[in-house]
This record gives sequence, C-alpha cells and structure tokens, in this order.
Amino acid sequence: MNLKLEDNGQVVLVQVKEERLDAHNSEQLKQELSRLFEAGKTKVVVDLKEVRFIDSSGLGALVSGFKNASSRQAGLKLSSLQSQVKSMFELTRLHRVFDIYTTVDEAIEAF
Amino acid sequence: MKKTQIELQIKVPNQTRYLSLIGRISEELAKQLQNYTGDREALANHINVVLTEALVNAIRHANANDPDEEVEIRITVTDEELVLQVFDHGRGFNLESISSTAEDAQHELEDHGRGLYIMRSLMDSVVYYPVEGGNVLEMRKQFR
Repeated sequence: MNLKLEDNGQVVLVQVKEERLDAHNSEQLKQELSRLFEAGKTKVVVDLKEVRFIDSSGLGALVSGFKNASSRQAGLKLSSLQSQVKSMFELTRLHRVFDIYTTVDEAIEAF
Repeated sequence: MKKTQIELQIKVPNQTRYLSLIGRISEELAKQLQNYTGDREALANHINVVLTEALVNAIRHANANDPDEEVEIRITVTDEELVLQVFDHGRGFNLESISSTAEDAQHELEDHGRGLYIMRSLMDSVVYYPVEGGNVLEMRKQFR
C-alpha cells in the first residue's frame, strides 16, 4: 500500500495514496498506525482524500488505530472523506466515534 | 415471469488482490441497470462493497486463505432484481456467528464483524447455504 508520512514534529500526517482501502491493503495501514503510537507519537491525522472506496477491513484498521491512540492518551483524526467513504462511516455509525474534518489543515489545527 | 437480462460468471484465485477487479466490474454493471430508478452511483458503490465483503468471507473464512483455491462470482440481473452469488469450495462458516448490528460493532469497537452488517443493510436479503462442492453466499436487491 502506498502511504506518505509527514512529521512536522508536532503532528504526523498519514496520507493514504490508494483508491481503495480494503481487505487487501488495510493491514499495512493498521500496522503503520500501531508503529507510530508505539514510537510515542501522540497526534496523528489520516488523510483519506484519494480513497473513494472503503470496506469493513479498512474501517477496522482505522478503529484499531483509534483504540491504540485512546489507550495511550494520544489522538487520531481523519480528514477529507469522499462521499462514498463518508456514507460507510455513517452506515456503521463510526462517524460518531471519529473526529472527522473537511481538510488536513482543519484536522491539524483541532489538536 | 422473471426475465434474465444479464448473467455474468467470473472465477478468480482465492486471493484478495482480485477484490479491486471484481469491484470495478460490478460498479460498471450497476451503472447499466435500466430498471433501477434510484441513485445508480450509490448503488454501484453498494454493490462494490457487498461483493467485496462476501469475497473476503469466502477467501479468508470458507476457503481458509488457500491461494490455490478459487472463488466464483455470479451476477444475475432480471427485470425485477439483482442477485449476487459468491461460491466457495471450503467447509463454510456460520453466518449467524458474526456480529451484525451497528451497536455490536460500535460498542465493542471491534476491528472485525462489520461485514455482515454492511451486507444486510445494503441488500434486501443475505443467505448462506451449502451447494454441491461448497457453499454460496447469496444477496438480493429488488429494483421495485
């Protein structure tokens, strides 16, 4: 999976450079998020701008990251959801669990 | 009588790398459904999602991740409904043992268990039953 990471010393931005976040590639995102929180990062934004399709495995990888963050008093925020991705969050009611922002800048500022 | 307009049959190896291919084919098909009066773009995404979920169940659970196995997908369009079938050759799994409500999935914040809930929410019916040589997960959506 193509993930681009930017760390400005305060916030780590994880850009998912894939059209699909599904059972084929979501394990890598799950592991990357786990690695970041284990390394002591406390503010992580996952940018989903390029993702137009997400399945239950993709949602599961983000939930795993969210739980990992919560257990360490760290934060995980999401940004730039396309409409079809947003509708999957709403269907599974996960939009009430995650902090979701329209842009990366808004997500970073919210920390 | 239900008239069959389109019947597609696809076999792919039991590997998740083929999810994207099946997803794209099903989205293109959904956009061609003349008898569906709702939002075809949304339907295309829904079909992509439910087929992905069904395929992952077949690949990982029923066929136990065996890369030499295969899964078969059959998509049938009649003038009244769309039928999606995913055939596996494995020992199957218990559909009812998978958590299928949003409350279950959210309260527990489980990493897994949302697949069946998504399939049941987006389709009119979801059943799983044994056939010769394996099992089939069958989903139906009425056009109405």
